[in-house]
Amino acid sequence: MGELVLAEGGVFVPPGAKDFFLPPIFGGVTKPMVLVVLSVIIIGVFFLLATRSFKLVPSKFQFIAESVYDMGRNSIAREQIGGKDFKPFVPLIVTLFTFILVNNLFGIIPIIQFPTMSHIGFPLAVAVLVVYPVYHFVGFKRHGFVGYLRNQLFPPGVPKPVYILLAPIEFFSKFIMNPITLAIRVFAAMFAGHLILLVFTLAGEYLLLEAGGLLKPVSLLSFAFAIAMTFLEALIQVIQAYIFALLSASYIGMALASDH
Amino acid sequence: MVNTLILAAEGTPSPVLPHTSEIILGLIAFLLLLWVMQKFVAPRFEALYSERAAKIEGGIERAEQAQAQAQKMLDEYKEQLAEARAEAARIRDDARAEGTQIVEELREQAQAESARIVAQGQHQLDAQRAQIVAELRADLGKVAVQLAGKVVGEALEDEARRRGTVDRFLNELDAVAAPATK
Repeated sequence: MGELVLAEGGVFVPPGAKDFFLPPIFGGVTKPMVLVVLSVIIIGVFFLLATRSFKLVPSKFQFIAESVYDMGRNSIAREQIGGKDFKPFVPLIVTLFTFILVNNLFGIIPIIQFPTMSHIGFPLAVAVLVVYPVYHFVGFKRHGFVGYLRNQLFPPGVPKPVYILLAPIEFFSKFIMNPITLAIRVFAAMFAGHLILLVFTLAGEYLLLEAGGLLKPVSLLSFAFAIAMTFLEALIQVIQAYIFALLSASYIGMALASDH
Repeated sequence: MVNTLILAAEGTPSPVLPHTSEIILGLIAFLLLLWVMQKFVAPRFEALYSERAAKIEGGIERAEQAQAQAQKMLDEYKEQLAEARAEAARIRDDARAEGTQIVEELREQAQAESARIVAQGQHQLDAQRAQIVAELRADLGKVAVQLAGKVVGEALEDEARRRGTVDRFLNELDAVAAPATK
């Protein structure tokens, strides 16, 4: 779309929200939809292949798979949920981490170059329809309806009158905001990151093709920035996946904990 | 430009409003992946971990056993060594004691022997002396009587009286001689 505009008027149009809504590839199927399916296939095949013939002394491939699984299992799930209860949640946490990670990394993989999570529907589906029900469900199951509400809304160690303020805030944050912020965090980071890459790349392209002779070399600077930002994006994409899994595990851990 | 912007704004939905189709697809995709992980991947990892843990624990246990055995053997050796040392010391002491005993015995024997020899010599001497004394006494008595008879001119007929006289004389002689021999 940007190129179309450039061809028409030769005026630089900064990239915006429209660049995230590419025309469908066929029928109603859009690029992010294909990418989500692709990510599921990549992760599933990766783990199934890695775990097919496990050995006590790992091969290189198995070692990589183990490192990823260990990260979700030990440094996220066990740390946040606690050594006693974390086992049943390991698949969920590892899936969250790898799913978000691969979909984020799509943003800097050549040709694909689109972070699926910059479409808010996907993180929202995972956060609101998976993580949110899971942690409240296990909380209610562990402590009973009243016990769980008391646990969550009336944290101990606070003077009684403060509860008038604190309980509604806790309710608002735990039952309404947590899943939404979880989704928005990764969405916003991916959206903004992709936009920054677009700005530098399109600006570089525009400067190279349309700008006056003296300004043309500046496009190199713009491309260099685009490359530097790509590295930064890679970091942010991994961090966002980690944070998503970490916070999900933390919510589950808080729901299960007996005292606040 | 204004036109294109408006067109763009009209054509593109707000990025913060989710698409229903994307939510559904995202949910299905995620749940599918979660199912695969839960059903196949996680059990394999957990089995591997428990197997590895068992192996390591087994190894540790074996090592501990070997160590305990080595410790036991070391203790045994030490004990044996101590026993051997004690025995050696005992044997040495025994030998020393025996040596002293032998020396003592030998000395005693030698002393006894020498004492016996001395006593025998003494005895012999005494016997000889007694014999000599007896002989001398007899001779002396006879000589003295003869001499006295010659001097007196007559034989002393009274035997009993004669004996008493001679014996008394000899006893007196012994009494004089005894302090000298002591």
